[in-house]
Amino acid sequence: MTPEITAKPIDSEEELSRRSFFAKLGLGSLGIAAAGTVMFYYRYLSPNVLFEASPVVNVGKAENYPVNSVTLDATSGIYLIHAAEGFFSLNAVCTHLGCLTAWKPEEGTIACPCHGSRFSREGQKLAGPAPKPLPWLKTWMSDEGNLMVDRSVTIPSRQFLRV
Amino acid sequence: MPSGFTTFVEGLGRTRVWRSIFRSGAGQSTLHRSLAIQQSVFLHLFPTKVRKRMIAVGATWYLGILTLGTFLLLVITGILLMLYYHPSVPQAYADIKDLKYVVSSGLFLRNLHRWSAHAMVFLAFAHMFRVFYRGAYRPPREFNWVVGVILLLVTLLLSYTGYLLPWDQLAFWAITVGSNISAAVPVVGDKFHFLLLGGNQVNANALLRFYVLHCAILPLTAVLFLVVHLWRIRKDGGLYVRKSEPKDVEEPQAGVMAKEKQ
Repeated sequence: MTPEITAKPIDSEEELSRRSFFAKLGLGSLGIAAAGTVMFYYRYLSPNVLFEASPVVNVGKAENYPVNSVTLDATSGIYLIHAAEGFFSLNAVCTHLGCLTAWKPEEGTIACPCHGSRFSREGQKLAGPAPKPLPWLKTWMSDEGNLMVDRSVTIPSRQFLRV
Repeated sequence: MPSGFTTFVEGLGRTRVWRSIFRSGAGQSTLHRSLAIQQSVFLHLFPTKVRKRMIAVGATWYLGILTLGTFLLLVITGILLMLYYHPSVPQAYADIKDLKYVVSSGLFLRNLHRWSAHAMVFLAFAHMFRVFYRGAYRPPREFNWVVGVILLLVTLLLSYTGYLLPWDQLAFWAITVGSNISAAVPVVGDKFHFLLLGGNQVNANALLRFYVLHCAILPLTAVLFLVVHLWRIRKDGGLYVRKSEPKDVEEPQAGVMAKEKQ
């Protein structure tokens, strides 16, 4: 019985020849090696340690900020605003293409010098190409009595910090 | 009557050293002159023979070779500027100031680099307009048009990466805005932005990466495609001159079209 089965002709559509099996094996390994190489260089080009400023900013004592004041910290790119309702912090980086905005006290608006976007004191978009309002940032009082802002954490708007 | 100089040159052409470098010899026959082009690694990119009307000013206005000229000027002045410029945050801006006010001839070389860069972008565009309105992009030259578009992109990227290197306010905000535009690419935009800057902000890593792109990667890419671009002129039948084109490639005239329809 067994010799009959082995004597059956090889179905060329289903069975791989030795040559094409090794060719496929070789091409497949090359493909895996190429994908590995791409990953290798992608990981090399992404730095694991960044020498950038900490997202948590200590802006000091609340007494330094009188009511209805808007203070820009240009190095960290945030506004600390003391409104009648309480303190809040805005990201000062324009949502359009990343320029640093400026507070215009004579108009009571935040303006971007690059492409003319304008925002209200509470971050709402008034004009210009900016696609989104300026985000509100997490603001709290530290145990030492300093106002702290975390630039990496956005919060829903109109959450004032009362001191 | 041959002068002393001519005799000297002819004698030089017969020396063993000369013949070992230039195999074609010093003869003046058409064959000798063809071989002189064909057997030189630099000149063999070009055709051994060209029609006079192909190299007339009116055929091309020499816009392509002028673009190449500004590129060579940029390579030379760029290498000289690299001898005084450190791509680091504390030094970059001060080095540019030094090049302007302290280094002898530094102001001239820096300005030559800057003006050549502007001229190269202008000439590349002028060259492309000329090729486009002449119809010189059409078959068999369509692939060389594609190579030209790649060269235009490399030129613009060279211009953009060089803009950051003075490390002044203009440079900083221009690269902030430009790199944020790249972040708008769907799916991979943010990752690309991070890789381009080597971080989230335009900072020391970004300055170094733009320096490497500007001084090594992009110029090498430009030279690579430039070689193909020049070689392809010969392979595609020389510079485009309408009179020397085969009849079937010519665009049909408006009058001819009207006649055929009748």
